[in-house]
Amino acid sequence: MANVLELVDIRKSFGSELVLNHLSLGVPEHTATVLIGASGSGKSTLLRCINLLESIDDGQIFLDGAEISDPLVNVDDVRRKLGMVFQSFNLFPHKTVLENITLALIKVQGKSKEEAIEGAQKLLKRFDLAGKADQYPDRLSGGQQQRVAIIRSLAVSPRLLLLDEITSALDPVLVNEVLSIVRDLKSDGMTMVLATHEMGFATQVADEVCFLESGDILERGTAEEVLHNPKNPKTQEFLKRVHQAGRL
Amino acid sequence: MTERINSAWSPSSREVERGIARRRISRKQGSIAAISSIVVLGTLTLILITSPGWEIVKATFFDIDYGREVFPTVIKGLWINIQLTFIGGAAIGVIALGLALMRTTKSPALTPFRFLATAYVDIFRGAPLILIILLVGFGVPALRLTGISSNVIFLGTVAVVLTYSAFVAEVIRSGILSIHPSQRAAARSLGLTSGQTMRYVVLPQAIRRVVPPLLNDLVSLLKDTGLVSILGVTDAVRAAQINASRSFNYTPYVVAAILFLLITIPMTRYTDRAIRQRTSAQNSEGAI
Repeated sequence: MANVLELVDIRKSFGSELVLNHLSLGVPEHTATVLIGASGSGKSTLLRCINLLESIDDGQIFLDGAEISDPLVNVDDVRRKLGMVFQSFNLFPHKTVLENITLALIKVQGKSKEEAIEGAQKLLKRFDLAGKADQYPDRLSGGQQQRVAIIRSLAVSPRLLLLDEITSALDPVLVNEVLSIVRDLKSDGMTMVLATHEMGFATQVADEVCFLESGDILERGTAEEVLHNPKNPKTQEFLKRVHQAGRL
Repeated sequence: MTERINSAWSPSSREVERGIARRRISRKQGSIAAISSIVVLGTLTLILITSPGWEIVKATFFDIDYGREVFPTVIKGLWINIQLTFIGGAAIGVIALGLALMRTTKSPALTPFRFLATAYVDIFRGAPLILIILLVGFGVPALRLTGISSNVIFLGTVAVVLTYSAFVAEVIRSGILSIHPSQRAAARSLGLTSGQTMRYVVLPQAIRRVVPPLLNDLVSLLKDTGLVSILGVTDAVRAAQINASRSFNYTPYVVAAILFLLITIPMTRYTDRAIRQRTSAQNSEGAI
C-alpha cells in the first residue's frame, strides 16, 4: 500500500535552535499516526511543516507520491488536499459557524453557495451541531468550537487530516466530545496525523505511535509497544512523567 | 448560560442593612459632586463677568442679534465643510485602504509600490496640512496642466485627502497587523490564497477593530476642512471671517465655532461609546 504521506530526512531549525533533525516518517492510507513527546519536542512544527506553513531546511515531503517540499509547487493546491486543526481552534470570529465552514467550500472549491451550505449542514447535523449553524464562535463552548474547527477542515474532503494538540485548550469534560469525533473519523477511514497528550485516546485510535524527542522519532510502533512496553529509556522516562501527571 | 430567577426571593435583613448603607454613601457622593460643580463653575463665571473687559467682550463676541443676522451665511459655509468631509472622506477611505494593503503586501511584484506607499505616508504624515493646502492650492494651477481643475474647492479637497489618506492608511495598517497570525494560518491551511485570506478573514476583522479611531479621524477631518478657507473657499470659517472683518464684531466666529461643535460633539460622544463597546467586547472575547 502506497503511503499518503512520506517524510524523508526532514530538518528544520529556527535560528540556531534545531527543531527537527533527520526525521523520516511514512503514513499509509486510512491509518492514524500519533505523535507524542514533551512540549518543544517538535510535534507542532512537524505538522506545520507538512502543511507548508513552515518551510523545511532539508529533506523531502511527498503527498501521494508527489513532492510538495519543492519550492515550485503551488502551496495553495497542496493545502487544499490537507486539513489542519489547531490547538486554539482559530475559528474566524467575525463569521458564523456556517460561514466558517462554507468559506473554503465556496472560495477554494468553487461550489455554489447552496451546495456549500447543504454540505456544511449535513456535517453539522452528523456531529450534533445543527442548532449552532447561525451562532458566532464566541457564543460556543470550547469543545463546540473545536468540533466546528474539525468540521471546517473536514468539509473540504482532505486527503490527510493534521490535528495539532486539539484538546490541550479544553477541560477534561469537553475533551471527550472532541475526541469522539476523531474516533468517528478514524472508523470512516480518514488518514490522520495527530499530536496529542491524551495517551488513553492515543491507544484507542493509533495505528502507529511515534515518540519524538529533540526533533527525531526515538521510538515507533503500535500503541501497545510504545505506550505500554517502551524500550527506549527516554520514552520510559517521558511516559513515567505523563503517568505521574495522571494522563495515562 | 442559564440563569434562574427565583421570584419568591426576598432580601435577608443583612442585605437590607447593606442597601441602606449603599444609598447613604451614594447620597453623600451626589451632594459632594453638586457642591464641587457649583463652586468651580460659579468661580469661573464670576471671574469672567467681573473682568474689566467683560462688557466689551460681550458686545464684540456675544452679540446675539448680530449672530442671528450672520447665521445664514455661516451655515451656508458650513454646508461646504460638510460636503468636503463626506466627499473627501470617501476618497480617503479608498486611497488609505490601497496604501495600507500596499504596505502590508509581501508580493515581490508589488515591491516598488510598497516603497512608494511608505514614502507617501512618511511625507504626508510629516508635513503640516496647511502647507500641503498652500502648495497644492497655488502650485498645481501654476503648472497649467490641461484637464486639471483650478477650482479652489477641488484643490483644497485634494490637499486634505492627500494628508488624511496617509494617517488613515496607518490606522488601517495597524488594524491589519493586530490580527493574530493564527487567523492567517487557519485560512491558508484551508487552501485560501493570501489575497483571499486578506479579503475574507483579515480585513473584515481589522476594519471592525479600527472603527473607533477612524471615527476620531472623521471628526478632525470635519474641523480641518476649515483650513481650505485660506485658499479663498467660502466655508464656515471664511464666511465668519468676511462678516467679522466687515463689522469688527467677532460674533460670527463664535457662531461658526458653535455650529462645528453641534456636529462634532455628538460625533465624539458616539466615538467614545464605540470605543467602550469595543473594549468590553474584547474583554469577553476569551481564547479567540
